[in-house]
Amino acid sequence: MKFLDEYRDPKLAQTLVADIRRHVTRPWVLMEICGGQTHTLMRYGIDNLLPPEVELVHGPGCPVCVTPLEMIDKAVEIASRPDVIFVSYGDMLRVPGSARDLFQVKAAGGDVRIAYSPMDAVDLARKNPDRKVVFFAVGFETTAPPNAMAVWQAKREGLTNFSLLVSHVLVPPAIRLLLEQPRNRVQGFIAPGHVCTVMGYSEYEELAERYHVPFVVGGFEPLDLLEAIRMLVAQLEEGRFEVENQYVRSVTRVGNEAARQRMFEVFEIADRKWRGIGEIGQSGYRLREEYADFMPSACSTSRPRAPRSRRSASRRWSCRACKNPWIALCSALGARPTTRWARRWYRARARARRTIATGVTTSSRPHCRRLNHGHRTQYGMSLAAHLHRSRAARPRLRRQT
Amino acid sequence: MCLAIPGKILDTEEIAGIRVGRVQFGGVTRKAYLDYVPEAVVGDYVMVHVGFALSKVDQDEAARTYESMRVMGLLEAELGGAE
Repeated sequence: MKFLDEYRDPKLAQTLVADIRRHVTRPWVLMEICGGQTHTLMRYGIDNLLPPEVELVHGPGCPVCVTPLEMIDKAVEIASRPDVIFVSYGDMLRVPGSARDLFQVKAAGGDVRIAYSPMDAVDLARKNPDRKVVFFAVGFETTAPPNAMAVWQAKREGLTNFSLLVSHVLVPPAIRLLLEQPRNRVQGFIAPGHVCTVMGYSEYEELAERYHVPFVVGGFEPLDLLEAIRMLVAQLEEGRFEVENQYVRSVTRVGNEAARQRMFEVFEIADRKWRGIGEIGQSGYRLREEYADFMPSACSTSRPRAPRSRRSASRRWSCRACKNPWIALCSALGARPTTRWARRWYRARARARRTIATGVTTSSRPHCRRLNHGHRTQYGMSLAAHLHRSRAARPRLRRQT
Repeated sequence: MCLAIPGKILDTEEIAGIRVGRVQFGGVTRKAYLDYVPEAVVGDYVMVHVGFALSKVDQDEAARTYESMRVMGLLEAELGGAE
């Protein structure tokens, strides 16, 4: 496909990697903000190609992961009603609420549908005037103009059975929160290309100026990301902190004025809670007062139900496309994650990095290595390692497992 | 989730007062709302996210970016040879 395939050329990728290797002299910690960029980095193994000096920390830019538990519970509650057609982007269906996820609601007979576009939900509302259609509007600034258009169009057509459950989040407040942490380790950012397509990148210029960190607006293909990393490393090595644009084929400094205009006609900025991070002031959108008719009724009246257990309330969650925002934050701050699986994830990553740097495969658990059980499943120890532990007659450990 | 894919506008029409285009992505053709890119016309490439075109692909800039990377590749080959 044009404008995709040419940005996946392995030869050029090697050139870019070689250029990064040539120019880097010190260790640098970079963060790609957007989950889509993390996905590309993982899919093409770009993090393994980079010199050991360049550390990539994955950012909190995945709307699926950061949608708070309360919002998922609200969605589950609304979707369970018999008179409602609940429409959502497919990614949201697996996200666990405190008791159930939307897939389980669907399995139990709830009318939950997956849409490609918010306009599909408007179409459903047109075709089903006797039922309420609720669209789950999640996303960053990229998805806000399409969702805004859906409400705007519903209002224009006088559709009274359409509403929007809004959980929109914004990138710059989360980055500001991170940069204000005294223990922040991130020294440069790859700004999200599609968010900037809508918003432009003047907001990041303020951040760069204030916190003295460079930003490069990056695309989503392997060569885009490598080029963005190269530009960031060049800025850091030269001691500059500017906002540069790598994704020039889509992003301009001013962004998309028409899209922003429609978006601010429908939405206004509000405080938002982020799953795994907590509340961040002025970090999301909600519907304006003029569009109050398009809020689902449960939103204004129902209180969030108490979670079944403390465990489910604190459950952190991450979609397959990217890394958990909370882990991202931990690793950005150099803090040690506290849950068992997060510690494992952390160790596995450190080990992988060591393996790449030294070329020697090591295991963090000597007893596993001794038994040649170095390879463990994604979720922890292999069965063999488990058995070994029980055989070793360590009662304290056995009780735990 | 914030993924946008470049596609070529094949033709345009009006649906419920909104400009909609048939956009081709490789072998797949889907409709996309073009209200946010009033400047885009048939034959242009647009970045489409959840059924909405959010920007017109700047073909000159795209060519320039690619060319600069390619030139760097050539330089790299020459430097590699010199060493």
